[in-house]
Amino acid sequence: MNGPQRLQGGRAPLRLLPGSLRRRAEGFADRHQSLSVIITVVILGLLLPAASQLPILNGFGHINDYVDGYANAGVFILLALGLNVVVGLAGLLDLGYAAFFAIGSYTYAFSASPFSGLALPFWPLLIIGAFVAAIFGILLGAPTLRLRGDYLAIVTLGFGEIVPIVFLNSDTYTKGTNGISGIYQPSLPAIPGLPAFDLPLIGHFNGTLGGSFGFGNPWPYYITVFAIIAVAVILLYRLQDSRVGRAWMAIREDELAASAMGINTVTTKLLAFAIGATTSGLAGVFNASKLAFVSPDQFDFTVSFTVLAMVVLGGMGNIWGVAVGAFALYEIQSVFLKQLTIFLHPLGVPVLSSIDFVQYQFLLYGLALVGMMLLRPEGLFPSRQRKRELLAELKGVDEAEPEFAPDEPAVTPEEPHA
Amino acid sequence: MTAPAVAVPATPAAATTDGLVLEAKGVSKRFGGLVAVNGVDFDIPSGSIVSLIGPNGAGKTTFFNVIAGLAEPSAGSVSFLGRRMIARGERSWAEPIVWVLPSVILLVLGWLAEQIGLDIVFDVTVPLALVVLIVMLLLAIARPVWYERSINRLGIFKSARPNDMVAAGIGRTFQNIRLFGSMSALDNVMVGMHTRLHANLLDAALRLGSQRAEESAAHQKAQRWLAFVGLKGLENEVAHNLSYGDQRRLEIARALASDPKLLLLDEPTAGMNPSETVQMTSLFGRIRSELSLTILLIEHDMRVVMGVSDRVTVLDHGEKIAEGTPDQVKADPRVIEAYLGKGASA
Repeated sequence: MNGPQRLQGGRAPLRLLPGSLRRRAEGFADRHQSLSVIITVVILGLLLPAASQLPILNGFGHINDYVDGYANAGVFILLALGLNVVVGLAGLLDLGYAAFFAIGSYTYAFSASPFSGLALPFWPLLIIGAFVAAIFGILLGAPTLRLRGDYLAIVTLGFGEIVPIVFLNSDTYTKGTNGISGIYQPSLPAIPGLPAFDLPLIGHFNGTLGGSFGFGNPWPYYITVFAIIAVAVILLYRLQDSRVGRAWMAIREDELAASAMGINTVTTKLLAFAIGATTSGLAGVFNASKLAFVSPDQFDFTVSFTVLAMVVLGGMGNIWGVAVGAFALYEIQSVFLKQLTIFLHPLGVPVLSSIDFVQYQFLLYGLALVGMMLLRPEGLFPSRQRKRELLAELKGVDEAEPEFAPDEPAVTPEEPHA
Repeated sequence: MTAPAVAVPATPAAATTDGLVLEAKGVSKRFGGLVAVNGVDFDIPSGSIVSLIGPNGAGKTTFFNVIAGLAEPSAGSVSFLGRRMIARGERSWAEPIVWVLPSVILLVLGWLAEQIGLDIVFDVTVPLALVVLIVMLLLAIARPVWYERSINRLGIFKSARPNDMVAAGIGRTFQNIRLFGSMSALDNVMVGMHTRLHANLLDAALRLGSQRAEESAAHQKAQRWLAFVGLKGLENEVAHNLSYGDQRRLEIARALASDPKLLLLDEPTAGMNPSETVQMTSLFGRIRSELSLTILLIEHDMRVVMGVSDRVTVLDHGEKIAEGTPDQVKADPRVIEAYLGKGASA
């Protein structure tokens, strides 16, 4: 009873498999939720670089360029996963989500860069950055607690603008417009005795894992971000299937009824903000270390908007759907459009070859969103509940037929009681 | 259920010394110029079914909302199980002082130390004061029980919130059904158990053994509650796909899941056909006899009210106009007048 309905952690990607194999795999996914998430992420992590070697894609760039793009996409997957908790589960429309991304980024930038003179290690700061973002999630969430819907959206929009502007103007701590550059990259303790060798396609491996984080080599970042995503997905699934997750969903459905059922709406909503901010903070620390540079204009409204679009397109409330939506949108905006321009230029088609598609990114975004809302409002991969909700709205609740005769006795006589 | 009979977890009837579950004194609620409830005294004896009736707009639901903590009364107070829980806030202006005071004291101490010549102290106290201020604000938001108690000791009183009332033992249903529409029937009931479950964020994230045990116990308990109200086999059905009568019953199951001592039912048979009404009425009887709960009922259907109630209270224009056994109330000329107009009782 507990299985099929409640736990669906590793199930979603299994829809692609054929019948009997799929059923067995689903059984496994229900029993070992976290393990199957890890397996899925590892398989995807291996497939993605391999996919870049397909004949069609191969021509566009070196495998390392692709992996670098995937690692950047990983940052947006993390952001979308976090925003999904706030928007998809708890139903709180947050338009200032980039604020927490900025806070995570600046936490790392300030703790490990020549600018501040500090050189704290990356791995503990990953946790600390997430924690700092969580605190700010609570502090920025607190004033919005009494607000709902549109009003909440507008206030969070304000916060999303305030945070980068604060970073912009507190010159002494953030170097203002110039941003903090030369942020130290992560390092791992060197393992002695590893041989140096050249890998086909990937490049030189210098024998110490510690030295392998760097601009030329995106692989350690790629592995790191996918590991963080795997952990995040496991934890988010566990939260979703718990008392806390049910409380979030109850608040999304009907806040007044939720409070009348004993849910402390104040702490539950703040918890949603905090969890969302935590994930965003992780993404921020990672991103700062990868780019080795932060500046306030990295966190403007377009980031919040893009992440929200990813969540909506992927399917609000569905963890895997949101992750896929984020990946797809990022790849489209940063790879596909660019390549399309490069691809069409030499063809000499009158209009098409003169268009720079990257410039029309937001036009295309807008069109995609409009089309999506008309054709498939629940997102590409909707969560079961979201689908039900929208279907019910379209169908009208009254049409739903009871499944048994209304005269069936309400009393089950064989039920004894103390 | 064929399996060895497992009883639905019943809460023993809670009895205070005077046998009252709930005691409302002089409760008033004004919305701007409109007086919705005006100085109502109301007692609910333990183990009884008490009904609240009155014409439309008499203030029944408002009174209900006051008891459930959804609306703060303009005057008067409500005690639940002998503890005063709902009343207008007292000295609420003093609370912000409590939040700020520790930081201010720290800053003053730091400043004094600087005067003596200990420069370093000030450097420490400023960030510390900031941290203390943030902690105090977080406490004020989360309001843990011990914080609430110590605030009370300072003479600051804050009316209980709905979730406090549920934790204390009040379960309720709504006049217009308010289920969590796209969640399954089972999940609805499990949300109802929220205050009786204890897994926090960390337990859930680490999926500790205690959390898993609690979840599966809650799961089984929720199934028993659904069976109790007659929704066996509909566990995985989405709430808004249920028929109207089933939705009403699911609301009751959800309210029962919080192990209440007092159950507030707001027009539970509204819009039901006669046979559904009969089923519902028998469910009230079972709730009282098998679960020994106390029930407060708002109802328009006089057959239901007169059939199940031990006591009936009549509200009109926000004021209590009659109270007594169903027969006494039926014969009361003021009640007849309120329902049928002047001259009808003559």
